[in-house]
Amino acid sequence: MTRTNEQLASEARAVWADISSRELKPRDRLAIPVQDMPCQDPVERGRNMNEVALGYTEEQARVEASRCIQCKNAPCIAGCPVRIDIPGFIGKVRDGDYASAAGIIKKTNLLPSICGRVCPQEVQCQLPCTLGKSLGGVDKAVQIGRLERFVADWEAREGKAQAPEIAADTGKRVAVIGSGPAGLTVAADVRRAGHGVTIFEAFQKPGGVMVYGIPEFRLPKAIVQSEARALEALGVKFELNFLVGRTRPLMSLLSKDGFDAAFVGVGAGLPKFMEIPGENLVGVFSANEYLTRANLMKAYDRSRAYTPIYPSRRVAVLGGGNVAMDSARMALRLGAEEVRVLYRRTREEMPARAEEVEHAMEEGIHFDFLSSPVEVLADSEGKAAGLRVQAYRLGDPDSSGRRSPVAIPGAITEVPFDTVIVAIGNESNPLLARTTPGLVVDKKGRVLVDEAQKTSVDRIYAGGDIVLGAATVILAMGEGRKAAASINGILSNGHS
Amino acid sequence: MNRIIAKRLLSEDVYRIEVEAPNIARERKAGQFVIVQADTEWGERIPLTIADADPGKGSIALVFQAVGASTHKLALKEPGDAIAVLGPLGNPTHIEKFGHAVCVGGGIGVAPLHPIVQALKAAGNRLTVIIGARTKSLLIMEEEMRALADDLIVVTDDGSYGRKALVTEPLKEICSRDPKPDLAVAIGPPIMMKFCAETTRPFGVHTVVSLNTIMIDGTGMCGGCRVSVGGETKFVCVDGPEFDGHQVDFDQMMRRLRAYKSIEDAAHEKCHLEIAAAGLAAKQAVEAGKGGAR
Repeated sequence: MTRTNEQLASEARAVWADISSRELKPRDRLAIPVQDMPCQDPVERGRNMNEVALGYTEEQARVEASRCIQCKNAPCIAGCPVRIDIPGFIGKVRDGDYASAAGIIKKTNLLPSICGRVCPQEVQCQLPCTLGKSLGGVDKAVQIGRLERFVADWEAREGKAQAPEIAADTGKRVAVIGSGPAGLTVAADVRRAGHGVTIFEAFQKPGGVMVYGIPEFRLPKAIVQSEARALEALGVKFELNFLVGRTRPLMSLLSKDGFDAAFVGVGAGLPKFMEIPGENLVGVFSANEYLTRANLMKAYDRSRAYTPIYPSRRVAVLGGGNVAMDSARMALRLGAEEVRVLYRRTREEMPARAEEVEHAMEEGIHFDFLSSPVEVLADSEGKAAGLRVQAYRLGDPDSSGRRSPVAIPGAITEVPFDTVIVAIGNESNPLLARTTPGLVVDKKGRVLVDEAQKTSVDRIYAGGDIVLGAATVILAMGEGRKAAASINGILSNGHS
Repeated sequence: MNRIIAKRLLSEDVYRIEVEAPNIARERKAGQFVIVQADTEWGERIPLTIADADPGKGSIALVFQAVGASTHKLALKEPGDAIAVLGPLGNPTHIEKFGHAVCVGGGIGVAPLHPIVQALKAAGNRLTVIIGARTKSLLIMEEEMRALADDLIVVTDDGSYGRKALVTEPLKEICSRDPKPDLAVAIGPPIMMKFCAETTRPFGVHTVVSLNTIMIDGTGMCGGCRVSVGGETKFVCVDGPEFDGHQVDFDQMMRRLRAYKSIEDAAHEKCHLEIAAAGLAAKQAVEAGKGGAR
């Protein structure tokens, strides 16, 4: 029953022709159908790396924007970690004034082309949407993320992106450690206040998880690159292949190299494993390794890349988050014949973004819910050959109301797999804490900060996954904005 | 990016390059390594141990053997070309005055052994150094080691130079003496380190090995370098690269090192002609200016 992209576009044209000429009452707006996202054909896209979601046409965007009833209390704003004036920008999209829409978004969100693509809108801005509530489901909410992406893409396409104004040079300098979403946000905000900014990145390209982790088919690397280039145009310097803590201690940047403050946004570094027998067999990978080979190192281009990727036929992906979805869909694109996601709970508990799970299912990824491996089996050469899988059922709700999985005694099967990708999360990389005297971390190695994102060490701030544990791009950006405001505060007042 | 300032052919397919890297030259300690990339668009990230450093000049020395596509690509770089270098990575060698240390280097492993021998010497240890290679032409850094060692033993598998033996033979003899050595350090091919550890085990001589595994980032993020040490999974990049040789599961490590062998062989084969042609020209040029920087 899925409609083609042409059908979606022509339906939108018809609706727009109907509604654009008349005054709409709220009940008329409620009657406008949700505009589906045009996508690459599922079979076709399973064989290429190109972006899956293609973006709205102008009519689709204006029709979707017309669904917003501009309710007074605007619960969507409270649902957004960076508090975008959502009804404000949507009103401008409806009016066809995309430049103003972009201006409104960029007041609080510096990377809308990225957030429009990777934010979990269904648990943020779109969750409390009044329209969705009246129509009985979050899937009926105004498609805020798609509209945000439309505006950002329009701006990039038209070359209308306005360089933000930069205050006069203050002579102060800030070191930003890590060039992921938190770091890029801090760099932009601090630079706009007139301070010099240098971003230190351990990899050869800026972008952090947006280049090594999130695949091309979900977030084109050209977008991340152009955001980094825009920062460079503002005067932000990049030091690539520079591991703060090893190439230079963090304290030396402050005490010897003339930096007045530092922001630590190094992400959640160390991949977790299941700690089951056979996990070090050939053919078992962390999702970080598998995705970094495929994304940053471009191993998918076998004729040009020097970094190899494991030849897989039957792939098991362990986990239920976005990283698990990315790994499964990447394995499919790299030629696997069968890809199965093993998750200990059920679809409802999966932390992955809803759209990614849908896309994965459309592409033919299999889901084995209520199952988790207890052992990786080896062949005679010491390569992974399969999994011993334990089946679970959902138990009674615990005190928090969450139903936890309970192993069913004896329900163990052996399933053949040649590749196992472990995507069950990350722990904090201990390097900076170990090499920075006085930097206090919690038991899990997360850097402790106060409400201003300040760490236990003066002039050092932190945010993103190194503070939150594994979270999302937008939460990292929200923390980055807070940290940048604090840094700008101490640099202008001269106190910390 | 870091500029190559000198390049020398040490033995067949073994190159020593000197690279501008002031931060790494200043911060590095014995036992640490770097990740090198010949080009940042398509190149592979390869871990190489730092063979030497000159903080005054702001440079480090790397020694590598052109064995696969990526190291061949690196071998084609000439002074003036830039490569990407990240480091120093991993934990420094634990150095103290142990007493008598026996240091074993096999093949290209002699290069990473060199800074450790330097540091042990500086800490006042008596040093017996054993260096070995398959054949005379593959032996490297004999002079540098002779300058540091109290006793230097040179062996070749085929007897073309020094004593005809595997490194484990003199190692066993030294361990049999009374008093036995206080420490052994072994760096070389995995199979050599495995047998060095087996040689010292019955004598109870603590044996440090330095592992060079497959890595992507070298900072703890990918876990590709994991090894079993004493039954626990460790990351070579952040927990190592040095471990107690008596605890390392070398067989597992060697299997993991071969994970991409079929692909690498194919890749090597595919670009072999191109590389061989360019490599030959480069080698001839290097040989023409042998003995110093070009």
